[in-house]
Amino acid sequence: MTIIDDPAAAPKPVLYLSGVTVSFDGFKALNDLSLLIAPGEMRAVIGPNGAGKTTMMDVITGKTRPDQGEVFFNGDVDLTKLDEASIASLGIGRKFQKPTVFESHTVWDNLLLSLAGPRGPFRVLFARETAAERARIEEILATTKLEASRDRLGAELSHGQKQWLEIGMLLAQEPALLLVDEPVAGMTDAETEQTAALLRDINRTRSVVVVEHDMTFVRALDVKVTVLHEGSVLAEGPLDQVSANERVIEVYLGR
Amino acid sequence: MIARKLAGQQHSLALLVVAGLLGLAALIVVLHLALPADSAFYISSYAVALIGKYLCFALLALAVDLVWGYVGILSLGHGAFFALGGYAMGMYLMRQIGTRGVYGDPILPDFMVFLNWKELPWYWFGFDQFWFAFIMIMAAPGLLAFVFGYLAFRSRVTGVYLSIITQAMTFALLLAFFRNDMGFGGNNGLTDFKDLLGFSLAEDATRAGLLFASAVVLALGFIACWAIAHSRLGKVLVAIRDAESRTRFIGYRVEQYKVLIFTLSAIMAGVAGALYVPQVSIINPSEFAPTNSIEAVVWVAVGGRGTLFGAILGGILVNFGKTLLTNALPELWLFALGGLFIVVTLFMPKGLVGTAPAALAWVKGRLHRAKPGPARPSEAGE
Repeated sequence: MTIIDDPAAAPKPVLYLSGVTVSFDGFKALNDLSLLIAPGEMRAVIGPNGAGKTTMMDVITGKTRPDQGEVFFNGDVDLTKLDEASIASLGIGRKFQKPTVFESHTVWDNLLLSLAGPRGPFRVLFARETAAERARIEEILATTKLEASRDRLGAELSHGQKQWLEIGMLLAQEPALLLVDEPVAGMTDAETEQTAALLRDINRTRSVVVVEHDMTFVRALDVKVTVLHEGSVLAEGPLDQVSANERVIEVYLGR
Repeated sequence: MIARKLAGQQHSLALLVVAGLLGLAALIVVLHLALPADSAFYISSYAVALIGKYLCFALLALAVDLVWGYVGILSLGHGAFFALGGYAMGMYLMRQIGTRGVYGDPILPDFMVFLNWKELPWYWFGFDQFWFAFIMIMAAPGLLAFVFGYLAFRSRVTGVYLSIITQAMTFALLLAFFRNDMGFGGNNGLTDFKDLLGFSLAEDATRAGLLFASAVVLALGFIACWAIAHSRLGKVLVAIRDAESRTRFIGYRVEQYKVLIFTLSAIMAGVAGALYVPQVSIINPSEFAPTNSIEAVVWVAVGGRGTLFGAILGGILVNFGKTLLTNALPELWLFALGGLFIVVTLFMPKGLVGTAPAALAWVKGRLHRAKPGPARPSEAGE
């Protein structure tokens, strides 16, 4: 597959995966996967269970090392050489499938800890909350509609609020790219709609990759869709075009 | 707002703990030294030694709480760090004996003469100086914790696996220190101490001074832990405890934090051991026994994990109970300890400190309900 037609003309892709293969005990979770995300793009990744969506996120965020293939961030940063912490500091935020926030911290502290800034233990020991930090937290609280819950503990939030808080924590890191794994799983229709609006809002300034099962939600996002199947790309394009693809129908309906 | 008010209350609670500790210790010292032995308020030498010992255990509990309560590392090997600090102090005390030993050798401790050793092993050099022993009290456990922690946390060993290898570590040290060839007195350990910094350990005043010193060090340890827990670093630690991978994915190198706190905690445990040894007049390999480390965890669980104050309370109360019970029914102690752990885990997972406010509220609620209140108008519009 040709990824870049004219490297000089195209802007540097924010994310570039080429020929990525990951196998676990002979099972190929990713099989020659290639993917290109342009700056400012929002992409939906769909696919049946076991298609390799989560493994793909693991490779991008440094949790899993690929057996083969290249993974580059912003055109020239080789992600296969870095660990999770440095990849996060570079500007890739990841939301987990199961909402994961710090349950014994307040919403405010959850965001405070996530703000881009020093990450070494000694600098953190003497860190004091600055006015700039407070202002940024207020902004994120407004974006994620959590202003009223700032003093509540993570554990006390509803499922939907936890998802938003986690997205807010990603925002606090000021990432260039957000990887969002099933953000609307278990949400009500109203919450799903709000989440779509939130992601579109975020996408105004950042690239976003959303992994999702919920077709209504993917349709609401109205972006380019990549269909994964058995660890590689099966189809790519607008949702209508992709869902008319015979192979996609076979994979989705044939099971 | 609420958070800030709460922080203010926490602040005064911490001050209260420090003041209470130092005040009580001072009171005990005065009652022990200033009153005649037949006074009703006199505190005996036996009691002073016991209380001093409890304070050392409380410091060990504090160290365990820092790693377990805040970072979620269930160390079942903190007894090893306590014992190493104790041995470092013991070595200094041995070398203070000088010619007053049974064999009268100016350099070699008695057990070495007994083993027919001609020279002091290299690792005993320097221990005749207190400043050197003082450094080693912290360096020996600190270094072990650093190396152990670096290897374990870098490989991301967590949970029960980490607990098991910490048990293995303390057990390995137990076996090693039992050997006479190790040069630490083998089975018998180090004992027959005479004086510390020139003060005779047989004197009441020295004993009382050690108790007060233990209280001061415990208060300092508490202040240090409290400052860490209430800094942004403390928040990161709790974040690691609650959601380690989330913490990693927002850019914190979790292993750095774990190694740092594990090492700091081991140093605290070492200092506790060093204060313990002159007050009980002996250090032997049984201090490395795996059950000792487990006991320390039970103290923290009873007092209230992740509260610091609870660790101190648990360390003192459980050991006080142990003294009472082992005097009355010694064979029952381990059953009582096991039962206590089960009861606390099942019925008061937050320990004494965590459960007390809820219990108070419950009692208050009961009292309120007993009094018939005025009928409240229904809020639902009908």
